[in-house]
Amino acid sequence: MSTEARAGHFPAIDWNGGAFPYRVGHRKLGMWLFIVSDSLTFSALLMGYAYLRASNNWPTPFPFYPSIVFSSVMTFCLLSSSLTMVFGVSASSKGDKAKARKWILATIFFGLAFIVLHLIEWNHLISEGLRPFYLPEHWAKVFTLADGTPPTSLFGATFFAITGLHMFHVATGAIYLLVVAARVKKLKHEDIEISGLYWHFVDLVWMFVFPLIYIMSVDMHGALGH
Amino acid sequence: MNAHADEHFAGSNKLFTSVWVWLVVLTLVEIFLAYKTLPIHIMLTILLGLSVIKAALIVAYFMHLKFERLSLILTVVPMLVVCICLLFVFFPDSFRSSELRYKFQESAPVAPAPAEEP
Repeated sequence: MSTEARAGHFPAIDWNGGAFPYRVGHRKLGMWLFIVSDSLTFSALLMGYAYLRASNNWPTPFPFYPSIVFSSVMTFCLLSSSLTMVFGVSASSKGDKAKARKWILATIFFGLAFIVLHLIEWNHLISEGLRPFYLPEHWAKVFTLADGTPPTSLFGATFFAITGLHMFHVATGAIYLLVVAARVKKLKHEDIEISGLYWHFVDLVWMFVFPLIYIMSVDMHGALGH
Repeated sequence: MNAHADEHFAGSNKLFTSVWVWLVVLTLVEIFLAYKTLPIHIMLTILLGLSVIKAALIVAYFMHLKFERLSLILTVVPMLVVCICLLFVFFPDSFRSSELRYKFQESAPVAPAPAEEP
């Protein structure tokens, strides 16, 4: 029986919280606290990005193809991976560990698809000449304002830092889920649910990264001649 | 007692699928908005609003927080919201530095010319 299940057997004493005031095990509570702290990391990065964007001439270079098409398909992959993960956790709660493993493997597949698509997208930008502290020469020309204000070269720094840290989380999550899938029969339901919490968090972060980084920087008027 | 009965994971696959459909629809709305000419503050407000709705759906249903004890929700959510709001304290400074930059500059900065050979 999981800690979560055992929690229900403790009598509510003192402040009506009993031994498990949250009715979750210590590992699940630990994952929730990790998620809160990691959310603040991403919030701080996005806030830094917003600060730089508001105080500089910011380039808007993303063409419909490949950037927006790729990032939209990546979003679809992550959303679908969350759905397969929740199916896996649901199957695990019913004691069907074999089915849970299949859903977790499907989740890993979508996660890896996300990484591959993202690396292709990165490669496209790098081959155009984007670097953490340099813009491609033609971007610098096109996005210079009429008063001569050049676009900031920090575009690449924020882009690679935020999407790179997120991609690192996806890669770590895929490895984590691979271990969970391999040991699914030995693990308790709560352990599988905890791995699901992490994966959904990775999905959640992308729900902010996608609109703020990609949608807000669309090259609407084809300034770069894509 | 059946242990699995205690490990009941609330919510049906049908419910999770409908949440996924909503998430996909909201994403499509975001992509549609990307090609609409709107003032940046209105665009930002709509996009962030949609993102918060999507995040809430993921946390409530996929991460199962809706079905957890209220004590856990009250521990995790308000402090996160307060901390994120506190980050905004830095934001007005970005407009100040925007005002300062390039104010006395007549042309774009160029790389210094290479030193001439003597």
